[in-house]
Amino acid sequence: MLKRTPLFEAHRTFHAKLVDFSGYEMPLQYKGIKEEHLAVRNRAGMFDVSHMGEILIRGERALEVVQELTVNNAALLKAGQSQYSVMCLDNGGIVDDLLVYCLSGQEFMLVVNASNIEKDFNWIMQVNDGRAEVSDISEEIALIAVQGPEAVSIMQKLTRDKPGDIPMFEFRSMEVSDYDNILVSATGYTGERGFELYCNIRHVNVCDLWENIMVAGEPNGIRPCGLGARDTLRLEAGLALYGSDLTEDHTPLEAGLSWLVKWDKGSFMGKDALLAQKSRGVSRRLCGFVVQDERRIPRSGHAIIGTDGEVLGNVTSGGLSFMLDRGIAMGYIPTEHAEAGNSVMIRIRDKEYPSEVVRLPFHKRKK
Amino acid sequence: MNHPKELKYTREHEWIRDNGDGTVTVGVTDFAQNELGDIVFVEIDKVGESVDKDDTFGTVEAVKTVSELYMPLSGEILEWNEALEDEPELINEDPYGKGWMIKIKMSDPAQIEELLTVDAYNEIIA
Repeated sequence: MLKRTPLFEAHRTFHAKLVDFSGYEMPLQYKGIKEEHLAVRNRAGMFDVSHMGEILIRGERALEVVQELTVNNAALLKAGQSQYSVMCLDNGGIVDDLLVYCLSGQEFMLVVNASNIEKDFNWIMQVNDGRAEVSDISEEIALIAVQGPEAVSIMQKLTRDKPGDIPMFEFRSMEVSDYDNILVSATGYTGERGFELYCNIRHVNVCDLWENIMVAGEPNGIRPCGLGARDTLRLEAGLALYGSDLTEDHTPLEAGLSWLVKWDKGSFMGKDALLAQKSRGVSRRLCGFVVQDERRIPRSGHAIIGTDGEVLGNVTSGGLSFMLDRGIAMGYIPTEHAEAGNSVMIRIRDKEYPSEVVRLPFHKRKK
Repeated sequence: MNHPKELKYTREHEWIRDNGDGTVTVGVTDFAQNELGDIVFVEIDKVGESVDKDDTFGTVEAVKTVSELYMPLSGEILEWNEALEDEPELINEDPYGKGWMIKIKMSDPAQIEELLTVDAYNEIIA
């Protein structure tokens, strides 16, 4: 039996096409992926991402545990701030990518991928070894993402607070649509300005909140969006997806996430292996590719081929960029081929198509 | 789901309209376009050729997936719907009309009897 989020009835009302996504019955799309994608780029879109996992780490030694678990420096976070990070195994392989929210000096919330909740929880418990109180609150938390250039003005209609003043990667507890204590976070996974609203389902009628945002956003052209558009948006924004672009077989240095790794913060899981890899040199890197031929769409698993005909790697994520009107992909190739501007071929079914290595993101948001 | 009674169907979710002059028109069903989602690219690569039943004649690429297109019966592909080059979304919007894909001159008109009726097709997708 698939699990359902508290917004399941709302998805029915809006005629979502539902799919199984890591054990949850989630909306793939409502009207269509392209329309939803363009709504987020040009106006606003709203997503149910309640399947995401939330793990609380509390206690006097909570910071110490978070520092050991993650590669970024959580000691720099003040209450109300969050940061993107990854957890690594001893060998440097990525356990998961996540957001670390500093609720207070002794309370952190880790927001993890739905497909990894159980694995992450077990890993955290193992590293924690009884030092802090760890709890999986995923089932209590519903998460609504409102994303796009109109997100600020839509949210402003529903609160007396000032959501537009929240700096990127910070969050505030706000009263939204008469529900208090909604955690409004200026984060997202689309490459656009926007918010993620963490709601405790014991205090918030989440379907009612969804409806109210939909009504408030109607004049702005808001659309309900499914996981299909979430995937095309994040790919176009050059954001890696765990399970495809990030796995335990890849390190953050290979994945273009070395900027997350704070070497001088003290010890953390994977540090020695990552340091060794850094001094040895990183032999492969996650790159972006744009297919030159119009409308040839690279897909996961397609081979990336060098100018001498040798296979350099495989596409880890691929699709059509609606903004570029070109096929785009990410994949790991040897460092010596990874420079932006280089030419490679991508084998799409039985033919090879010239493609260019590009710097990520594929699409930058309008300022 | 809308599947016209006067058409024939295949297990590969194609529809076939008998034009009564030895030719048929072929497209994909409403069920297929709905399953595929937004169609962004269509390639018909055997126009002018004679192709056997069940061989591929092209591909249809949607945002999430790509599918091969199979000949519902043997014959020569007389023409394809060139409007799909610029507007592949016609398949989503009007699968039995403006979204038609190819016209075939049948080499063995008896094969039409082997195709599925609308009731048989509806049973398959039920």
